Amino acid sequence: MAINKNGTGYTFGFAIVMVVVVGTALAATSISLKPLQQANAADKKMMDILGAIKVDSQRDNAKELFAEYVASRVAIDASGAQVSVKQGEVSTTDATDPFNIDIKKDYRSHKPAKGDLSWTNADDLTFPVFECQKEGQTYYVVPMVGSGLWGPIWGYVALEGDMQTIYGAKFDHKTETPGLGAEIKESFFTEKFEGKTLAEMGPTYFSVLKGGALTDLHSVDGITGGTITSKGVDEMLNRTMGIYLKYFNNATQRAQR
Amino acid sequence: MSTDTNIAVETKRESLFSKKNRKLLKDPLDDSNPITVQVLGICSALAITVQLQQAVIMSLSVLFVMIGGNVIISLLRNMVPDRIRIIVQLVVVASLVIIVDQVLKAFQPDISEKLSVFVGLIITNCIIMGRLEAFALGNKPGPSLLDAIGNAMGYAWILLVVSIVREIFGSGAISLPGMGQVKFLPSSWFISEGGFYENNNLMILPPMALITVGLIIWIQRSRNAALIEEN
Repeated sequence: MAINKNGTGYTFGFAIVMVVVVGTALAATSISLKPLQQANAADKKMMDILGAIKVDSQRDNAKELFAEYVASRVAIDASGAQVSVKQGEVSTTDATDPFNIDIKKDYRSHKPAKGDLSWTNADDLTFPVFECQKEGQTYYVVPMVGSGLWGPIWGYVALEGDMQTIYGAKFDHKTETPGLGAEIKESFFTEKFEGKTLAEMGPTYFSVLKGGALTDLHSVDGITGGTITSKGVDEMLNRTMGIYLKYFNNATQRAQR
Repeated sequence: MSTDTNIAVETKRESLFSKKNRKLLKDPLDDSNPITVQVLGICSALAITVQLQQAVIMSLSVLFVMIGGNVIISLLRNMVPDRIRIIVQLVVVASLVIIVDQVLKAFQPDISEKLSVFVGLIITNCIIMGRLEAFALGNKPGPSLLDAIGNAMGYAWILLVVSIVREIFGSGAISLPGMGQVKFLPSSWFISEGGFYENNNLMILPPMALITVGLIIWIQRSRNAALIEEN
């Protein structure tokens, strides 16, 4: 019996079979490669955190250096209280390890309303902070996520032991415009943050100003032609620091007592 | 079918390399090159030719997707309903591209990051859809395979040449997968070290890729008269 290749039934049948076959094949690929990809992502995260405290690392030594420099991994809640602390080896499968808090996912599901600098809907989230020891000094690496012009931007900012002075910063993005917004990941931009301090009082702790403006201790010059991405960095820094500074202030008070 | 023994082929597949089939392999390298003659797939050729390493990985990815797509579509050619054939082609290409992307993320994370969106954009690379629609749908898997290899190679050699030129003049270095970037100029040559040489930063920017492709087209046309249109 000849099948009518152009009949509606055949077309539907073909489409359904195709989707099932392709779907299965892709799911299988994705599942089988996932462990490797997660390990790569974890290495990259370690490299970024180390980069924020200006330790150069490669994929193959990231794990060792991370163990050497990062003393403890702390999780805090939105009110700045410490939730958990982990030390020793990072386990990428342990959900309670602050290293594994997926701040990108949390940001997506708890997007703050426009202009909501205090991130009021973040109450049920936890935030990771990495306490690092380098050459006898303590540094705190704060990871952050925000929105650029086209997609997510993220970064790691290292604060010095006084919890106010920025020691190093690293930013990255997914799809910002090359040559404009994408420049936030370049060293000429991140180096401007070094040595600057966060203001003690919010809601604006730090500003990324629009091209060519005079900068003071609490601000840096943004990227020309990358205004929206620069604003995204500004918003990300202030919103995130608003939460972490509560924790740092608590910690300072504890230390003074 | 005529047999030709001057190519290194296993004897059992000789018929695959008849004159007609060899043309399938050879034509896209020169006479009907997808980039320089058909001017397809230019976007990725401009974007990822800053370093040889990226161009090599991109070429391999396109080769894989091209071969997979052409062979699969050719095998399915008598089953695909006409009305949804473009969608079927898209689904096949898209799944192959996703597989490539996942594999790169797992085994070559750094390069995957540099290629970023351009791996995903292989889906919209006109060379691939063009070959599926124009060739694989009407030919057997054997010739389709050759056509795929020919076209992917035609794409690849342009990418490689452009990236070699750009990397040598733009970065004073050459990079191969697994070896990293090898700077072959002594650092004392550079002006910053008191020398006389400076890398040409313009070469790193996309416009120079277009100009390099233009130069290749010029050279190609000056030695291949068949490419020159009448009047």
